[in-house]
Amino acid sequence: MAAPRAETAPTGIAVDLRGVRRTFASDGDRVEAVGGVDLSIAAGEFVALLGPSGCGKSTLLRIIAGLDHQDAGEVLLEGRPADARVDAGERVAFVFQDAHLLPWRDVLGNVTLPLELLGRPAAESRDEAMAGIARVGLADAARRFPSQLSGGMRMRVSLARALVTRPRLLLLDEPFAALDEITRQSLDDQLRALWAGTGVTVLFVTHSTAEAAFLAERAVVFSPRPARVVLEHALDLPADRGAELRAEPRFAHEAAVLFAALQRPER
Amino acid sequence: MIRRRLDLVAPPLATFAATTLLAELAIRAMRVSPLLLPAPSAVARAAWTQSALLLPAFASTTRCTLVGLAASALLGILAAIGLASSRLVERAFYPYAIFFQIVPIVAVAPLLVIWFGYGPRAVVAAAFIVSVFPVIANTLAGLRSVDPALRDLFRLYGAGPWARLVKLELPWALPFVLTGLRVAAGLAVIGAIVGEFVGGGGLGVVVLGAMREQRTDLVFAAVGYASLLGLSLFALVNLASRLALRRWHASEEGG
Repeated sequence: MAAPRAETAPTGIAVDLRGVRRTFASDGDRVEAVGGVDLSIAAGEFVALLGPSGCGKSTLLRIIAGLDHQDAGEVLLEGRPADARVDAGERVAFVFQDAHLLPWRDVLGNVTLPLELLGRPAAESRDEAMAGIARVGLADAARRFPSQLSGGMRMRVSLARALVTRPRLLLLDEPFAALDEITRQSLDDQLRALWAGTGVTVLFVTHSTAEAAFLAERAVVFSPRPARVVLEHALDLPADRGAELRAEPRFAHEAAVLFAALQRPER
Repeated sequence: MIRRRLDLVAPPLATFAATTLLAELAIRAMRVSPLLLPAPSAVARAAWTQSALLLPAFASTTRCTLVGLAASALLGILAAIGLASSRLVERAFYPYAIFFQIVPIVAVAPLLVIWFGYGPRAVVAAAFIVSVFPVIANTLAGLRSVDPALRDLFRLYGAGPWARLVKLELPWALPFVLTGLRVAAGLAVIGAIVGEFVGGGGLGVVVLGAMREQRTDLVFAAVGYASLLGLSLFALVNLASRLALRRWHASEEGG
């Protein structure tokens, strides 16, 4: 059996966007989804991408993941063009709006999937997956199937699946939007803790100002379609964030700053 | 558990018993000619006394149906995988797959005898032709309905076409495949018997012979065996579906 890899934090990836544009053509109409975005994200940073629904922020995230392509501009990961990302799966992980698990695989099987597809040895993958499942607090449910889990548990499985490859860039597309408030806050807490423990770069797309303020070090506010950066705002909040922070005035203040930028997209 | 099984099986059995009894009484009371409509007791008697004729015929029809159905499953799934590989392939070939759906098997059966000769091969071909289309159509629908987010996930981790097919597309399509097979099972029996009308052998020949001899009770007995075959195949596919999907698919949940 292979020795488990060291728990040392993988260094996050720096992401640079330079004049990124994306236009979709449908039925002869041309819809500009992303309209010239410049953005620099430092290695290991937790950045919230905030914008109204359908503004193109998800498209931007998909372009960074290599699941879509820009029509103009450059996407640089660690300073190199991301187009030649043959090893994207080794470095980048993506969490979707819903859990999107394979219903015919149990929790362990779902979390092992990325390692399996990357061709990692089975025994090592299984240990890594079990450790990842334990990290999101589902060790007892490893043999259960998605249909036997609650929505919040399914999302935690999805999170464990994304983290199992020890990605250096974690992209999340409104991952907790469909969950109830309590579950969502508890997952926010877990995500912060996971990020603090690993040093991975996190890009978190959301349309909730409170979620953005609670989670991120920095928030980027986008305009309605086509997405352009309206505000880049470093959040003046302590690194150690507990549930009580949500009740504090400075938290409310930061959320209000973001909300104001969302409301007045034209500077 | 046993109690629930009983709740499941008892009502249709009671309906069957009541209907049979009612038919028996009505046919006797009205003195219907046994040439037109034999009483259930006469059919049962024919099924029993002619079992030396009926049982081998039943076995032969069953064999041909199973081989035809297996060919439909295998070739139908392969064809659907081919059709799903690209929109261009689908546009080029799918219209001709529909040929299997619209072909009048009664008209084509003599052709099958010309090609395959008298005997089981023509019968198997007939069972295959009428039962392959539901497998193709349902499998294709299943392959086409794979969650796009899961496709993205597989792409992100660099999965090749083979891994995608085996670990994502085929399992995703499985409930659709089973739905197709459920329809195909009934059709395969029809195809086999029509094939036997022309190609010889099995229950189809028993039905034709009994008709010529004006043994209506024997016709009914043969039809009963054919129905039993269709019903058993249907139940078999249902069982397979339950075993395969019980843990994850909504259509079998709580079953």
